[in-house]
Amino acid sequence: MNSYLDLFLTFAKIGFFTFGGGYAMISMIEHECVERKKWITHDEMMTVTVLAESTPGPIAINCATFTGYQKAGLMGALLATLGMIVPSFAVIYLISMFLDHFLEWPLIAHAFQGIKIAVGILILDAAVTMIRKMHKKILPRVIMLSSAIVMLCINLFAWNFSSISLMLIAAAVSLVVFMLHGAPNQKGGAKK
Amino acid sequence: MIYLELFLGFLKVGCFAFGGAYGAIPLIRDVVLSYGWLDDEMLSYMIAVSESTPGPIMVNLATYIGSSQAGFAGASAATLAVVLPSFLIILLCTALLKTVWKNPYVQAILRGMKPCVIGIVLATGIYMVVQNCFGSISSAAADEQGIIITVLLVAAMVVYQRIAKKKLSPILLIVLSAAAGIVLYGI
Repeated sequence: MNSYLDLFLTFAKIGFFTFGGGYAMISMIEHECVERKKWITHDEMMTVTVLAESTPGPIAINCATFTGYQKAGLMGALLATLGMIVPSFAVIYLISMFLDHFLEWPLIAHAFQGIKIAVGILILDAAVTMIRKMHKKILPRVIMLSSAIVMLCINLFAWNFSSISLMLIAAAVSLVVFMLHGAPNQKGGAKK
Repeated sequence: MIYLELFLGFLKVGCFAFGGAYGAIPLIRDVVLSYGWLDDEMLSYMIAVSESTPGPIMVNLATYIGSSQAGFAGASAATLAVVLPSFLIILLCTALLKTVWKNPYVQAILRGMKPCVIGIVLATGIYMVVQNCFGSISSAAADEQGIIITVLLVAAMVVYQRIAKKKLSPILLIVLSAAAGIVLYGI
């Protein structure tokens, strides 16, 4: 298949079946673009997730633009992003035209209650996949665990602390460790 | 002019909304209320719709609000504006990355940020699953259907992986969950 068309259709499919925003999208993009199509590597996927989290805008758009660009340059970026937008746009536009209060229809409401549960599981699954592929060393583990704990507190107790500040702290810690001890030895660390 | 207002309003959202849609909602509320496009109640309804329809929540909201104010052209202007900053920033970053990539300091920063993002995603996942089963901290109550569906879906994923030796597609999981929701919450 034409690679432009393939990019557009793949991201349209991801856009159409992603509920609950960016984090749930990570599983979907990983499944389609890393495992099935092999357009980007897992490590690149990890990098774009970091990039998406630390730049403004919808995470899904960031991922689509990045993957499209890696695969087929500017045109690829444009088509992947467009693919991501078209299903959202079409669905919402139709709703705004024809459906008032459709969330109150029992069938729709029940389906969405079910989907909400799948979204939670998909996000957890994305995290587990990433943890398995993480470098098994002390520093990343400590950063991962403490970020998770702080983020849980932010969610639970509505702490007024943004995930961006959390990432900046993690970056600073890693930078300081690097300046004090130098780069970790990849092979030596992996045996642990 | 309403189209220009929509474009500028959502351009601001696109430029300053960090950390995904949930972080962006206060900003969107601010923009929408300051332009006087919608009242608070209508906006809350639109946010609920945007969260439960497919696609990026911010894109859904932009399309919805744009369409409610100025039809198809309004929806297009708002959607384009909310997406444009991300698109340009990522293009710039990917073009730059190739040269900046090998810099050891940049590598060190990324080594810190990657596990942090994993932690954030992990916490969000745990929080959502727990909330779906046992309610939120302010109104804790076990949701039996929620627990049953969670167990069913996880079982489906594990069994599929054992038999087919590959992961259950997330799309299939979404379809299954919608069906389970209709059946179990409908009874």
